[in-house]
Amino acid sequence: MIKVRIPTPLRPLTKNQGEVSVAAASIEDLVNNLEAAYPGIKARLCDDKGELRRFVNIYVNEEDIRFLKGKDTALKTGDEVSIVPAIAGGSPWPA
Amino acid sequence: MQFTESEIQRYSRHIILQEVGGKGQLKLKRAKVLLIGAGGLGSPAALYLAAAGIGTIGLVDGDVVDLSNLQRQIMHSTATVGQPKVESGKKTLLALNPDITVNAYHQVVNADTILPLISHYDVVLDGSDNFSTRFLVNDACFFAKKTLISASMFRFEGQLTTIKPHQGYPCYRCLYPEPPPAGLVPNCQEAGVLGVLAGTMGILQASEAIKEIIGIGETLADKLLIYDALEMKFRKVARPKDPACPLCGPNPTIKDLWSDYTVTCTI
Repeated sequence: MIKVRIPTPLRPLTKNQGEVSVAAASIEDLVNNLEAAYPGIKARLCDDKGELRRFVNIYVNEEDIRFLKGKDTALKTGDEVSIVPAIAGGSPWPA
Repeated sequence: MQFTESEIQRYSRHIILQEVGGKGQLKLKRAKVLLIGAGGLGSPAALYLAAAGIGTIGLVDGDVVDLSNLQRQIMHSTATVGQPKVESGKKTLLALNPDITVNAYHQVVNADTILPLISHYDVVLDGSDNFSTRFLVNDACFFAKKTLISASMFRFEGQLTTIKPHQGYPCYRCLYPEPPPAGLVPNCQEAGVLGVLAGTMGILQASEAIKEIIGIGETLADKLLIYDALEMKFRKVARPKDPACPLCGPNPTIKDLWSDYTVTCTI
């Protein structure tokens, strides 16, 4: 299982949990499995083409996946994933 | 004589620190720091910068003090409700430390005004509450080669990083290449925030500014600090330079300030 840190603006989708656990072998897997457990979350993270939105970063442990292998970045048990959106007095998503 | 007797007394707890000393205190006195936003982040940051003896502090903000600001904007008070924030702030800072200069700019920064404004300063603190200003300030500081300390917050969560691409570090667009599209941004005025979180983040911002000015400690220029007040957790993640960065990369597509940075803040 992979621990995923959910940022404050997305917690309404995860029943206010700041951390959830999902099974996943890659970031793409992780996003799909998060969506299955918490419907609506994928649309916040990805655009219509399934690409990660440019104002959201995903980190595996402390590394930004854009500088690893993007959505194909592999995950293993014990990894910690953090979702970190740009914030500016508000979140980038509608309330 | 670099310092008066009263200044030596005022800053004595700094001066006896080996890492600061008289030399470091003189750097603070000669420093000029511009704060974009005299609100939740700017208030605690400005108070500590004034207390620390930053010689020139500029405050930029187009707003007036509102009662709903006072839950976190501690540079203002009930008595200054209705006054421009920069004037209210200036009074507070000079009451704390009359030896410094405070410049008040009652305006909203835009692409026409920002470059002349920041040209007078060494370090810029971004405490703005919207994405338009955040990208504008980043781009302007990049072109003007000014060190930028950027803090932001939402509800119970804060982010902080130091931005100095002129010293080889990444810019804000290396972290987030583009602002969210119009329509995805909620009404900023109604976003809740834990008041004391503004204090935590603003003071951390002031701390990083002081370190950059004196040149001590570890820089936050290759990290992003994330603070979760509810979990009481600080985390740092790596913030590498993006070789494809549209601003500071080797093949930039942004070669000048955009004429308009507006991101619609309603939904």
